[in-house]
Amino acid sequence: MTILAAKDIGISFGGIKAIDGVSFEVAPGQILSIIGPNGAGKTTLFNIVSGVYNRDHGSVELDGEDVTGLPPDRLAARGLSRTFQNLQIFQRMTAAENVMVGRHLRERCNLLAELFRLPSVTRQNAETRDAALALLDEVGLRASADVAAGSLSYGACKRLEIARALAAEPRVLLLDEPAAGCNPVETEEIDELIRRVAAKGIAVVLVEHDMKLVMKISDRILVLNRGKPIADGAPREVRDNPAVLEAYLGKHGAREAARA
Amino acid sequence: MPEFVQFLISGLTVGAVYALVALGFTLVYNASDVVNFAQGEFVMLGGMVTVFLTAAGVPLPLAAVLAVCVSVIVGLLLYWLAIEPARDASPVTLIIITIGASILLRGAAQILFDKQFHKLPSISGDTPVHLLGATVQPQSFWVLGGTAAIVILLYVFLERTVIGKAVLATAANRLAARLVGINTATVMALAFGGSAAIGAIAGILITPITLTSYDVGTMLALKGFAAAMLGGMGNPIGAVAGGLLLGLLEAFGVGYISSTYKDAFAFIVILLVLFAMPQGLFGRRTVERV
Amino acid sequence: MLQKIGHRYLTLIVLAAIVAVLPAIFPSSYYFRVASLVWVSALAAIGLNVLMGQAGFFGIGAYAVAIGPAHFGIPPWAALLIGCVISGVLAYLVGRPILRLKGHYLAIATLGLGVLVALVLTTESRWTGGPDGMPVAKLVLFGWRVSGSDTWYWITGGLLVLGTWLALNLNDTPTGRAFRALHDSEVAARVAGIDVARFKLQAFVIAAVYASVAGSALALMNGFINPDQAGFLHSVELVTMVVLGGLGSVVGSIVGAAVLITLPQVLTVFQEYEHLLLGFIIIVSMIFMRDGIVPTLSRALARRTQS
Repeated sequence: MTILAAKDIGISFGGIKAIDGVSFEVAPGQILSIIGPNGAGKTTLFNIVSGVYNRDHGSVELDGEDVTGLPPDRLAARGLSRTFQNLQIFQRMTAAENVMVGRHLRERCNLLAELFRLPSVTRQNAETRDAALALLDEVGLRASADVAAGSLSYGACKRLEIARALAAEPRVLLLDEPAAGCNPVETEEIDELIRRVAAKGIAVVLVEHDMKLVMKISDRILVLNRGKPIADGAPREVRDNPAVLEAYLGKHGAREAARA
Repeated sequence: MPEFVQFLISGLTVGAVYALVALGFTLVYNASDVVNFAQGEFVMLGGMVTVFLTAAGVPLPLAAVLAVCVSVIVGLLLYWLAIEPARDASPVTLIIITIGASILLRGAAQILFDKQFHKLPSISGDTPVHLLGATVQPQSFWVLGGTAAIVILLYVFLERTVIGKAVLATAANRLAARLVGINTATVMALAFGGSAAIGAIAGILITPITLTSYDVGTMLALKGFAAAMLGGMGNPIGAVAGGLLLGLLEAFGVGYISSTYKDAFAFIVILLVLFAMPQGLFGRRTVERV
Repeated sequence: MLQKIGHRYLTLIVLAAIVAVLPAIFPSSYYFRVASLVWVSALAAIGLNVLMGQAGFFGIGAYAVAIGPAHFGIPPWAALLIGCVISGVLAYLVGRPILRLKGHYLAIATLGLGVLVALVLTTESRWTGGPDGMPVAKLVLFGWRVSGSDTWYWITGGLLVLGTWLALNLNDTPTGRAFRALHDSEVAARVAGIDVARFKLQAFVIAAVYASVAGSALALMNGFINPDQAGFLHSVELVTMVVLGGLGSVVGSIVGAAVLITLPQVLTVFQEYEHLLLGFIIIVSMIFMRDGIVPTLSRALARRTQS
């Protein structure tokens, strides 16, 4: 019961094939991690799947529907949300407002009513804010609700982005390095958060470098190297895969690891 | 046919000035990401300073050289006193600073010079030359020749000298340039000074034809900016092409359609081009990294 | 809850208070005129989102109230509304292609639009009186001939308060948040489901209407209008007001307008040195208060109250 499927994705920048024939599938409630050395094309893949880049070939299907080439806002309407590796927080808005923006699709926009601030607008605002506060609570940022997002710590901003992405009530959540820059305690919290999200039936696709986290929570792992897939399977299989070791550690390191 | 050649030459002549202004914009933009709205004032300074120096008795060639020097000094002062202190500010703030500088320079020109129109004598006299049935002022050839010389010199400088390469490197990636030891502050000062010189020379060359006054800078800056956009911001070849194209559009528009909407043609075409090609004619399609 | 409402409308209350109280200290009608100019410019500036060609719409609004009564016999207040409609429609039509441009390209496109409007206004002298401009009939409301600089002070002040109220209302709404979001990070706004093109267009149209109303008010107040109001320099002036005061805040636009209008008036004392000093002050302000007057001062204030 696949909810997100990427088939044979390929894209080049200038003469460089950033991604060459990558496919994957995720089912609701599953956690798929995409790993690989730097420059492997992980974020580029995310950008294609979330509509930020246009691919050269390949297709993306969401719940059986072909959504290839749709812009991010249309994908969001169909239940796909993501976070960013280089934070894209709305710096000048408060944390609560950041998450409220995430609920945009659930709100009705009536310019005239808004200009005059009719009671319907105030009521909707209160509802949206409550939903936002609940999400901030879940990611542990309730106390910073009315603080300007630009002044929050890096780890807090990462969690804020996740809260914003969850606000859209997605069916698929793409997380781009959610634990980057987080200390072990924060990483543990992210770990639990991701599990809770998946437990709700949301498919989670994760790009991460923190191997402990990846090994712990993933149902499946896809390994990329220089734009090509080199392994795809359960954590234990991937960990012992010689091609994976070679990609990360080089030929020499792989031999050492095999002997270890 | 003679009409066509007439419009062609006059269009290229004015276009050459737009091209030089656009080139100045591009040079500064590439080195520092700043759009310098005071660019037009350098052209004004070139013309006005020369006029007033010759009126004070200085021989024309010397006056012209001094005018270029004055312009360069103003350009360097602009960089050191107004741009460098605000180097971390947002692009919009920097643009407003250059707008403030343009107002300041115009205000100073008002006081130091006057509000009249002024003319300079043509370099090789005013006897019109007959070319393919059209009547051309000899000064036009000086303008076109001067522009071509500047463009070639700039090309040689950027591509064949070490300092030129440093400028290109700074334009490509300022941080990386600094990390490899390039003094980017010097490069930026060079860019400002260079664009000031280019603007001043353009002003001196064109004043015999179009006259000059304390406020010619404004419209020139706007058109030069538009030309740079038309060609694709940051691309020197695009700047020159954009400038020449703009001049031709104006000349042909005035000649064949109507002279009342002369300035409009340029902007209409630019709008249309940008609608179809949002990066300008020669601009690179950039991909936003997220 | 009450505290939050108070906070949101604090700006409005303070503004209304200032508008109400200021006349008490005005020694002459000249001050009323200057203040009215500030209110009008601030109104035009509020709608601005660093698009640079707003003066074009300002000019449309101004000429609408001049041409309507003079050539078509339409009462000025109706002409004002027609001006709004024309500006809005033009903004809507031109908006879609223009707003696909980014950064400097967007700036030159909107500037070019403003210049084109100014050119048409200058050239069609049969309708517009050409480069020298044309007179504007007085506003007549329910039989009352509106005139006098103090009357206009209250009208323009009222318009500004109304415009500010609407803008502040909009801030804390889905549309308002969408506007602010796409300013901070277009890609994140997209990913959150915001149709960026549609909202940019809305903001553009709103800004055009604000500018149009401001232009109409100015024309009716002055009794005269010329094409410079729609021109390049005026566009630049409006943008400078917004940046000087502080981008993205309603208060910033008002402060910027206040500074940029009153400053030259103050500087005329220096006669020929007026422009020189103006340019100098702009440069220095932007170097030392690079995010604008209001954000810099409010940060300084925040730091003071914290320590």
